[in-house]
Amino acid sequence: MFKKDKTKLALTGGAAAALALKQIEPDVMPVYPITPQTPIIETYAKFCADGEAKTEMIEVESEHSAMSAAVGASAAGARTVTATSSQGLALMNEILYIASGMRLPIMMLVSARALSAPLNIHGDHSDVMGARDAGWIQIFCENTQEVYDKTIIGMKLAEAAKLPVMVIMDGFNTSHSVENLEVLDEKIVKKFLGEYRPEKHLLDVENPVTFGALALQNVYFEFKIDQEEAMWKAAKEYARIAEEYGKISGRKCGIFEKYKTKDAEKILILAGSTAGTAKDAVDDLRKKGEKTGLLKIELFRPFPYEKMAEALKNAKEIIVMDRALSSGSNAPLYSEIISSLYQIQDTKYKIQSVVYGLGGRDVFKKQIEDVVMGKIKSNYLT
Amino acid sequence: MKYHKDIFEIIFHARGGQGAKTAAEILAQAAVSEGKFVQAFPSFGPERSGAPTKTYLRVSNKAIRTKEPVIDPDAVIVLDETLLESVKVTDGLDKNEALIVNTKKSAADVSHKLNFKGKVYPVDANGISLEIVGQPRPNTVILGKIVKITEMVKLESVTSEFQKIFEAKIGKENCEKNIAAIEKAYDAV
Repeated sequence: MFKKDKTKLALTGGAAAALALKQIEPDVMPVYPITPQTPIIETYAKFCADGEAKTEMIEVESEHSAMSAAVGASAAGARTVTATSSQGLALMNEILYIASGMRLPIMMLVSARALSAPLNIHGDHSDVMGARDAGWIQIFCENTQEVYDKTIIGMKLAEAAKLPVMVIMDGFNTSHSVENLEVLDEKIVKKFLGEYRPEKHLLDVENPVTFGALALQNVYFEFKIDQEEAMWKAAKEYARIAEEYGKISGRKCGIFEKYKTKDAEKILILAGSTAGTAKDAVDDLRKKGEKTGLLKIELFRPFPYEKMAEALKNAKEIIVMDRALSSGSNAPLYSEIISSLYQIQDTKYKIQSVVYGLGGRDVFKKQIEDVVMGKIKSNYLT
Repeated sequence: MKYHKDIFEIIFHARGGQGAKTAAEILAQAAVSEGKFVQAFPSFGPERSGAPTKTYLRVSNKAIRTKEPVIDPDAVIVLDETLLESVKVTDGLDKNEALIVNTKKSAADVSHKLNFKGKVYPVDANGISLEIVGQPRPNTVILGKIVKITEMVKLESVTSEFQKIFEAKIGKENCEKNIAAIEKAYDAV
């Protein structure tokens, strides 16, 4: 008989994120509600109201203000988090660049959702792909467990890399699905993160500094080069922190997950919750003798071009599934894979771009199998 | 009915506000308490009070990875019998699988109405909850019947999870009444 264990729960992705935040117990959390992110801040607000967490929650009048308040709080030296979705993330756009340019370690949970118009509140990656050049580290989650784990990893990574981090779950598919969850003891999480001691902050009156100063033709360029170098270094930091987290949790997170890719002739590549369905599809296809594998994207920014090229070098056929468009261009993930392959001289691949699941359109295992078997000729899996 | 495949799958048909999501989540928690793996999520349509809704539940002895909606259920639960008129609740059910309906009607009446050859299990969840709890709470009462028919979790796991979730909210006395109603639905023929 199974022994009851309080560390084994069943929660939605949104509730798992809130629980991880409770264990992190950030100093400040400016918030503005938007579906399908709201359950995160709603659950966290309840923890605070019940006295289970001591975060200063700031209710603001828009997402633009939420990110502005996060920038202020983080620059003042506070461990700062927030959460958003879709139009909210789009509205923050201006301030996203300020957060990254000022090298502020803000951690933001994004319940990824379609963008208007036409109006749609359901899951896809249009919002986070729209923010992919904003200087934020972006980490995708497959399920509730990864949301919990990567919220903790993301917080530590932000502070280690001195860059803001987005931890991304699929709106509804993950944020509103109840799944099994194993949690760590709060003391272990707090010890893993350690106390946040910013190197420089605005409330340090003994050592006054300026954040986001005017930087004209003579220095702006150098600021941006430094920021870019920090971003590339963040990939190693992420790998190191994920490995360290693996030691305390027994769970593996990485730059990407290779599922049965070792001898695979055909490799599927995608990010987010559909990876679960795709793994089942891979197993079914292998039963039919198709040497198929899945490469699940976890770290999207910075993008691991070299490691990707290495992982794909023995594949004969590559299928990249995007849950977003880049209007007038290749779909975002497909573009990155093409760039990765360019590093391999002998470009012998057959590569296909398939856009799926826009606006919350369901994706079935059978459809993924059809894609792998070349039965879908269109670039859109509708 | 016993587990006959890797993943046992249920669809709940209800109307917005009737608590199908709560019912699915209590079963999910009960399964987790037995060391099983679960997944529970609503069909993410526009949610309006009174509109037809679908909620999915998966329970398995191994980790569940798929995110696709349930299309081949092992059991279907209908919380609001007026849905029998407008929703094809028997889609994906074969003759060995179960349809559990909150109704005063007989199994034969429901089968005839739906022209369905499979197994129909009616339970007067509204009546039982009105009688014992004093309020219509069919969503939790019907859990007793679901457990009896599907054997997906133990009755004690469900009542214990119910108590854990609701005792603080509704008080000890009300909680005990609800549990008595769940047990009555379990025993109801």
